[in-house]
Amino acid sequence: MSGLAAGIRLAHYDQKVCILEKHWTIGGLNGFYRLGGRNYDVGLHAVTNFTPPGTKKGPLARLLRQLRFKWEDFELSPQVGSAIAFPGVRLGFTNDIEFLRSEVARAFPAEKDNFEKLLTQLVDYDDLTQDNFGGSARQFLGSVINDPLLIEMILCPLMWYGNAREDDMDFGQFCIMFRSIFLEGFARPFAGVRLILKHLVRRFRSLGGELKLRSSVASLKIDGDRVVGVELESGEVLEGKRILSSAGIVETQRLCEDLTEKVPDQRAGQLTFIESISVLDKQPKEVGFGETIVFYNDSPTFHWRSPASGLCDTRTGVICSPNNYQYPSESGNLEDGIIRLTTIADFHSWVNLDEAEYQRQKMWWYDRSVASAVRFIPDFRSHVVDTDVFTPKTIRRFTSHDNGAVYGAPEKKLDGTTHLKNLFLCGTDQGFVGIIGAIVSGISMANMHCLKD
Amino acid sequence: MGPAEIRDEILDILSDIAPDEDLSGLKDEVAFREQLELDSMDFLDIVMELRKRHRVQIPEEDYGNLASMATTVKYLEPKMADI
Repeated sequence: MSGLAAGIRLAHYDQKVCILEKHWTIGGLNGFYRLGGRNYDVGLHAVTNFTPPGTKKGPLARLLRQLRFKWEDFELSPQVGSAIAFPGVRLGFTNDIEFLRSEVARAFPAEKDNFEKLLTQLVDYDDLTQDNFGGSARQFLGSVINDPLLIEMILCPLMWYGNAREDDMDFGQFCIMFRSIFLEGFARPFAGVRLILKHLVRRFRSLGGELKLRSSVASLKIDGDRVVGVELESGEVLEGKRILSSAGIVETQRLCEDLTEKVPDQRAGQLTFIESISVLDKQPKEVGFGETIVFYNDSPTFHWRSPASGLCDTRTGVICSPNNYQYPSESGNLEDGIIRLTTIADFHSWVNLDEAEYQRQKMWWYDRSVASAVRFIPDFRSHVVDTDVFTPKTIRRFTSHDNGAVYGAPEKKLDGTTHLKNLFLCGTDQGFVGIIGAIVSGISMANMHCLKD
Repeated sequence: MGPAEIRDEILDILSDIAPDEDLSGLKDEVAFREQLELDSMDFLDIVMELRKRHRVQIPEEDYGNLASMATTVKYLEPKMADI
C-alpha cells in the first residue's frame, strides 16, 4: 500500500514507475481474501485517523490532497463506539474526544485535570518533522498521570494498533497513535479494504504506472554505493534510477548482494498475532455486541510482549466487528455477522509445528482466545456458524516480514535512507503503520527522496 | 506569461492541490500559510505542478520565495516570461 501511494505521487509527476508485488494479489497486511464464499480483510479492523469531510488538517486530509482523491472516494463510515475494558473498569470512546474526556472523569475523577494536561501536551507533536520521536511513552505518561491503571488503559489500544516495540513505546509513536485513535478515530469502507486498494491501483495505472504481480525480488544488484538493478526470481533484471522498498529494514538489507554478513534477526520485530474470525448466524448487535472495537486486558497491568511460553498469550486481545460501523442506510449492513479477535502470538512456536499439529493448534487457540474475550463482551459462541484463524505464519506469507512482525522492526528509519544512495525504505519500517500510515509513508518518502531533483 | 496570468495559474494549481479551500478572498500580500491550511507537502506540490505544467525549475533553496502570492508572482515573472 505504501508502494502504491509512492507510485501514484511519482507517476503523477511523470516519472516512469514499476511496482513489484510478490503475490498474485495486492495489499500485503492490508490485503483481503475470499474463503468459503465469504470476503475477509486481512489486517483491517478499522481505518484510523478518521476526520469528517471538509477537515483540512491531519493525515487523512493530507493524503487525500497529495493523491488528489476526494473525501468521498474512500467511502469511510465512522465507528459506532469502542471501549477499553480492564477488570472492573471500562472506558468508552468514540470519534469525539469529548466522550473519552467524560469517561475518564467518570471512572478516574482524580485524573480529570491530568488528562486535560495530557491532551494539551500531545497536540503540539509535529508528525512531519518528528523532532522528538525518541523517548519513553511510559515515562512521559507517568509524569502527567498519577493512576497507573489509567496509564495502562491509555496505552492498551495505542500499543495494540501500532507499537512494534515490546513493553514501552516511542514517544513520537505514542503521539501519532493517540491522535489517530482518540483525537481522530475509526472508520471503515462498507466494502472493506479492497475499495481503497481498488482506487489506488486504478489511479496508479491511469497515470501510466506499471504493476507487476507475482514478481518476487531475488536480489538488488549493487555497484559501489548505488543499486543498479533489481533481479526478480524469474531471472529478469529491471533497472531504475531509484528504488523504494516496503519489504522492511532487515528484509531489504538481506536482498542487497553487497551485505554478505548475516543480518542479525533480533533487529526484526517480535510482535505478531493470531486472528480468530467468527461468522455468526445474526448481526453481532443482535447477540448483544454493538461496539465497534473492544481492547481488553484481564489484569491491572498490560503486558505487551511476545508470549514467554506457549503459542499465544490470551490475557489481552482486540475484539472487533466490521458490522458495527455507521454505514449509510442505502447499503444496509454486511450480510454476515462477523466478530474478529486478535491475540498476541509467538512466531517461532507457530512455524515449528507440523501441518497436522498446526491445524489442531489453530482450533485449540481459537477456543482459548474466544473464551478469554467473552469475559468482556456477551458470549456469542452459540451463534457461530463458521470460523477462520490466521496465524503468524499467514502474516509472514502476506507481508514477508521476519517473524510475521505486524508492526515491523522496533527501530524505525524515519528518514527512509539506507547504506545505498538510491535505495529508500517505505512502509512500516520507515515509521508509520496501519492503512493511513502506509499511504502517508509512501507519499512522504516519494516526496523526500524522489521528487526534489 | 505576465503577472496576471501567472497569478491565475497559481490559483489554478492551488485549487487543484487543495480543492476544499475557498480562494476567492486570497490576499496577495499575506503568506499562504496564514490564510490556507497548507503544509510543507502542499508547498512541494506548487513547485512540482509548475515543473509538470510549464517546465519551470525551482531549486530547493528558492522555495522560500513562494511564501505569498505576491512573492511567488514576482519570483516567477522572469522564469515564466517566455511561456
